[in-house]
Amino acid sequence: MTDWQDHLIVVPVVLPLIAAASMLLLKEQRYGLKAMISLCCLIALVGVAFVLLHEASVGGPAGDDTARIYNLGSWSAPFGITLVADRLSTLMLALTATLAAGGLLFAFARWDRAGPRFHALYLLLIMGVNGAVLTGDLFNLFVFFEVMLAASYGLLLHGSGERRVRAGLGYVAINLTASLFFLIGVSLIYGVTGALNMADIADRIATIPSQDRALFQIGCAILGVAFLVKAAAWPLGFWLPGAYAAASAPVAAVFAILSKVGVYVIIRLSTLLFGAEAGVSTGFGDLWLLSAGVATVVFGAAGMVASRRLEQAAGYAVMVSSGTVLAIAGTASPDALGGALFYMAASTLAAGALFLIAEILARGEDQAVSPEDAVFDDEYDDPFAADDVHEVGRILPASTAFLGGAFILAGLVTVSLPPLAGFAGKLSIFVALLSGDGVLSGASWTLVGVLTLSSFAALIALTRFGVAGFWRREDAAPHKVRSPEFLAIGGLVLCCLWLSIGAAAGLTYGEKTGEWLASPRTYISEVLGAGS
Amino acid sequence: MELVLALGIGVLTAAGVWLLLRPRTFQVIIGLSLLGYAINLFIFAMGRLRSGSPPVLRGEGPVDPAAYADPVPQALVLTAIVISFALTALFLVVLLTSRGITGSDHIDGREPGE
Repeated sequence: MTDWQDHLIVVPVVLPLIAAASMLLLKEQRYGLKAMISLCCLIALVGVAFVLLHEASVGGPAGDDTARIYNLGSWSAPFGITLVADRLSTLMLALTATLAAGGLLFAFARWDRAGPRFHALYLLLIMGVNGAVLTGDLFNLFVFFEVMLAASYGLLLHGSGERRVRAGLGYVAINLTASLFFLIGVSLIYGVTGALNMADIADRIATIPSQDRALFQIGCAILGVAFLVKAAAWPLGFWLPGAYAAASAPVAAVFAILSKVGVYVIIRLSTLLFGAEAGVSTGFGDLWLLSAGVATVVFGAAGMVASRRLEQAAGYAVMVSSGTVLAIAGTASPDALGGALFYMAASTLAAGALFLIAEILARGEDQAVSPEDAVFDDEYDDPFAADDVHEVGRILPASTAFLGGAFILAGLVTVSLPPLAGFAGKLSIFVALLSGDGVLSGASWTLVGVLTLSSFAALIALTRFGVAGFWRREDAAPHKVRSPEFLAIGGLVLCCLWLSIGAAAGLTYGEKTGEWLASPRTYISEVLGAGS
Repeated sequence: MELVLALGIGVLTAAGVWLLLRPRTFQVIIGLSLLGYAINLFIFAMGRLRSGSPPVLRGEGPVDPAAYADPVPQALVLTAIVISFALTALFLVVLLTSRGITGSDHIDGREPGE
């Protein structure tokens, strides 16, 4: 491995930061240049993420699983902050970069001019997500979480209008409160173990004196609440559908990854801290995760059936997908977790595509998707106000056929019907659950039943939206799809298709990730051993 | 000292939670700030309460760690203060925008019963 490759892992954090910072120096009117910078940055991020993903899937020199460690400032763990790229975090990196590229392309058509500093906020959001999935330090995770959230507050308000401000108020308040829970949890864990590095905490867990163990577990539980809020688990997730439906379409699409960051941290911490080597604490919180996950799936499925707008249903679909993965994380079955991770990748991309399709369908129908009175009207022209001159790209023919096809494919993944990736993921979950390696069969059956029924509910809801959106009178005006929007939706749907075609490789990757997470000893020794 | 700190954290938290659950946006932001203060004190307390022991090492050669306070929670508190300050300011902007657009300082953006 050459020298520059060692630094590849820090690129997903540093590159968007530099690009976003440099964009602040440009005048607000230079949309084209800003769009170019963001596009180049995201293409580079996709490239780096897939290089890291490939390396993680190949593994170490002997073909064994390994984690790539990067000590920031060469301060070795546990004293400095460590970035860790293992199978799980590179999967998240690749997912984030792909989804963000789709959202950004969509925004080029007109949304990036609906408010100031869209590109800078967007890249900072990506930086926060990338940092959160890469870092191996609990407090650094907090900092990246806050970067991500601060950018998301700005992005949720992007486009302005009363509905967004109202949704933003609740969203900011909920997330600020969740951050306070995060701080309580981190400080309790630090108070007991004296460590902030995740691997270091995991290393010390078995030796925590029995009188301190309750306090440690309380700390972990409070920390978990913060991430469950972010992952929109029932009953902490009522904020999600309203906030996501109010956000502008490209923002809602990229927000689909934010709830998965909460899920990611829960998987990471529960496998690392409460794995087989945790002594008395083994399996702590699993039942809670399982119950919360099942309740989230039920609530999300019911919400999908009840929602009257597609963007709202897509928000509930995000909840269903989070709930599924949370519940599987609660079963502590590595094979099922592998399938769930694959399902998570597919369903997140599909939910992103659904948000984008929903916005095009709703265009012209009402004023909900266009900004009314701009709040910050100091620096930009309202691209919606006068004419279509500002809109980028040509209006494409056969838009209804294209949108309908994309809707069917994204819907099939969301519903998890064959032959697409969602089905492959769920099938592999079911096989792992029912083959029963040490899992309570009652819980497994409940889970299989709930997941199946949630698919039916999603099918009913999406069929209804499909009928309402695409069965139109002949004289109805065709949907206007501009070329960047075509590329964005088409690209996300193609990624779903690609996952479906490569399902064998994807599921193998997922299963190996599950096994890798189930034996955290390698992770711990690699992080703590690096540089010493 | 422990009692005073514990009481302080408790009172701040209680007041913060109560205000956070109130229907007016201004009450919510004050509640969040109070909760933030309580939690900053809490993080500080997690480094154990000691008086007369500095967090920064002095002198050279081997030192006795027992004579020094834990510097890590203090660094964490600094970070937490900065972040919560920035986000409270941001929340204030959203709050004022909401007041301006909806004409109401209720968290739902409309007066109850309207």
